[in-house]
Amino acid sequence: MALEIAIRVDARNLSCPMPIVKTAQAFKTAAAGALVEVVATDPGSVKDFEAWSKATGNPLVESGVEGGVYRFVLRKK
Amino acid sequence: MDDTLALVMFSGTDDKLQAAAVLTAGAAAVGRPVHMFLQYWALDAFRADRINADHGAAPEAGADGRAAMANLRSAGQASWADTLRQAKELGDVTIQACSLSMDLLKLEQSDLDPVVDGVEGVAAFMFAAGSGQIVFI
Repeated sequence: MALEIAIRVDARNLSCPMPIVKTAQAFKTAAAGALVEVVATDPGSVKDFEAWSKATGNPLVESGVEGGVYRFVLRKK
Repeated sequence: MDDTLALVMFSGTDDKLQAAAVLTAGAAAVGRPVHMFLQYWALDAFRADRINADHGAAPEAGADGRAAMANLRSAGQASWADTLRQAKELGDVTIQACSLSMDLLKLEQSDLDPVVDGVEGVAAFMFAAGSGQIVFI
C-alpha cells in the first residue's frame, strides 16, 4: 500500500545543512500525523535524518537509497 | 537555558562563518536555541555593505581549500548569510553584535545587515548563554 504523502521536499544537490533545514521548514506547515517525503543526494543525510527524527520526535517511517538519491519519509508527531 | 548553543564569532573569513552558520542551522532544525555574539572581524563581515563580499578563508585553507570552497559555492551552496537567515526563520536564533567591537570598528547598528538583531555587552551575552556551552569560532 502506497503511503499518502502530504508534503514533498526536494533537497537534491543541496549540501549540509540544507536538507534538514528545508525539512524542518516543511514540518512547520505540516499537520499532525502528516507524512513528509524528502529526497536528497547528500550522503550525510542518512545519519542526519535518523538524528533529526530522534531529536524532534517525528518518526522516520521509511528510509532508502536508489541511484544515488536518498529518500526519507517522516511523520509529523 | 541549558540547551542553548552560544557561539562567539571572532574570525571574519567565509570558511569559519560558513561553519558557524551550518552549526546554527542544524541547532535550529532540532529545536535548540542559538545565541550568536559577533566580535572583531566577524562583526566586520556583517556590515551591510560587506556581508555579500568575498571574505576569504583562514590561512590553513591554502589555495586548494579556497578552490574547494569556490567549487561548493558555484554548485549552489547557500552563502553563510543566507544560511543564517534561513536558520532564523526556522528556529530561535538571536544574533547580537558585541558593543566593544562596535566601538572598535566605529559602527552603528544601522551599518549592520538586518540579520543582526541588536547590540549587547558581554554580561548580556553570558546571561543569554546561561549554563550551556560556549563555542568560540
